[in-house]
Amino acid sequence: MNRRNLVIFIARRLVAAAVLLVIMSGAVFGLLYASPGSAEQVLLGTRVANEETRENIRQRYNLDEPLTTQYWLWAKEAVRLDFGESIRTGEPVLNAIKDRAQLSLRLGAYGFAVAFVAGIGLGVLAAMRNRSGIDRAVVSLSVVGASSPAFVTGVFLLYVFAVLLGWFPVFGQGEGAMDQLWHLTLPALTLAFGAAALLIRFTRAGMITALDQDYVTFARARGVSEGRVLFGYALRNAMIPVVTASTVLLAAMLTGAVLIEVTFALPGLGALLVDSVAFKDVLMVQGLTMLLAAVAILTNLLTDVLYLFADPRIRYTRVAP
Amino acid sequence: MTTLVGGPRARGRRRLLLRSTPLTVALSFGFIGILLFLAAFGPLLAPHGPGSLNLATGLTTPNGEFWFGTDDLGRDVFSRTIYGVRYALFGPVLIVVGAFVIGNVLGLAAGYRGGMLDASVMRWVDLMYAVPGLLVTIVLIGVLGASYLLAVVVLVVLTSPFDTRVIRGVTLEQRSLPYVEAARTLGLPVRAILFRHIFPNILPISFANAFLNFAFSLVALSALSFLGLGIGPGTADWGRMLSESRLLLFENPAAALAPGGMIVLTATSMNLIGDWLYDRLADRGRAR
Repeated sequence: MNRRNLVIFIARRLVAAAVLLVIMSGAVFGLLYASPGSAEQVLLGTRVANEETRENIRQRYNLDEPLTTQYWLWAKEAVRLDFGESIRTGEPVLNAIKDRAQLSLRLGAYGFAVAFVAGIGLGVLAAMRNRSGIDRAVVSLSVVGASSPAFVTGVFLLYVFAVLLGWFPVFGQGEGAMDQLWHLTLPALTLAFGAAALLIRFTRAGMITALDQDYVTFARARGVSEGRVLFGYALRNAMIPVVTASTVLLAAMLTGAVLIEVTFALPGLGALLVDSVAFKDVLMVQGLTMLLAAVAILTNLLTDVLYLFADPRIRYTRVAP
Repeated sequence: MTTLVGGPRARGRRRLLLRSTPLTVALSFGFIGILLFLAAFGPLLAPHGPGSLNLATGLTTPNGEFWFGTDDLGRDVFSRTIYGVRYALFGPVLIVVGAFVIGNVLGLAAGYRGGMLDASVMRWVDLMYAVPGLLVTIVLIGVLGASYLLAVVVLVVLTSPFDTRVIRGVTLEQRSLPYVEAARTLGLPVRAILFRHIFPNILPISFANAFLNFAFSLVALSALSFLGLGIGPGTADWGRMLSESRLLLFENPAAALAPGGMIVLTATSMNLIGDWLYDRLADRGRAR
């Protein structure tokens, strides 16, 4: 019974994710027709328009077919991650994305690691010292973090640590592993500042509720060590709302990463998106948007499943639709 | 509620309110007050025009004549920061009002009616929560063509779920209260119950939400300007100013730090006020 519920739940979520992905792909395909000017003109970009290039483009992107056929042909290639060639450079979209992805992934992982440790650590600390000076300082920090757009945080960190103190490089991504880590530190801290603000908020609220529960009082009365009470009992329960909030966190980090890559002149996926948008490179934008949508939908799915494992109680009750 | 009690008790409560207002919230109100003043009278106070070029002066660091120095075109950073207040308030106010209307209508209807309508509205809200809003805005504006109005419209759509979710929750609570039941028994039309009876009771919470939405909208709009997608180049908008002078960090840091600091201060003030209002309203609900 139990396992059956679990399977039904996961199957349902999978179907929902698939439907969402199809809807998103329709919207992304529509971008080509939403942009001003004919599809042919958009795909031509700044290239010289003679009969031959026009004909090539019509052939390559099936512009003479009816719309539904066009979508079908596009989707078939998109499934194989083929989004055509960049209008700006002529390079296949997939290659451009592959080239840029590594830097963005490193930035994201570095930033998330810092945010995770700082956010949860400070959130727990604030909840333990509820209503004290430390609590107020942590909460203020998180309000400022949530109110600061990444490009402002980035410019302030650059000013203090790169211009005034000269500890970190101002721009660029560096050569070699250590040097790159060095170059990525300020961008990652910028990303972490906004993400940690969210994590502090959720962790602190969850911990305050958890520490107030009877099982915590009882565990203390039994003489369980304070460390186990905090991390084994309270934090585990406090993490459930944090897991639920992870989609919001992901959205914030994706947005932050785009702004940070522009601020620090890092050639990652975010900078590629902004450049492509500025150049009206619709095919590149389509590829990147589809990738983003897939990542967002997958994370959503993962969160739902993770949620089940973080809180076994959910599995014993009726699974929510 | 004070009108019923009146007299000394009302005064006592007002004094309590003053004492219980945290310093940070009082400062936030003060800062917003200054912003409103600058939005109204800033052009009279600013020592220089927002676009007046001083190519002979060129780039300068803060000094007696130019308090925050000048940017590479010799424009006075202090004056431009003051002129920027209008842009910083105008766009977010439009977004807040738009989201307020959509959020209240959808939230009231979904919370009161329930059923299929509620389910589909909440699905949409959940979806919008998971969407990286700013990125969607960047893509849409980039593809459809950069315009300030489009940015505002897209952000209204992206902000309204926050309102919808809150209003729907409060409406659900109110629906089961005796006064709503009484109104229903009297045979009042649904529209009258929703807008004349329930709406005034949920107005305070949507007001609190408006402050939080303002902070979000300001951050989003200035991010778009920073990326060159919102307002046109050369405008004295804080996001634009920051993007145009972030390369001057070595020569005149104030040119980048002043508009950046204003964005953070404004958004922080709005968030603090919004959170504080929320807490107060939640406390009041619990006391009742």
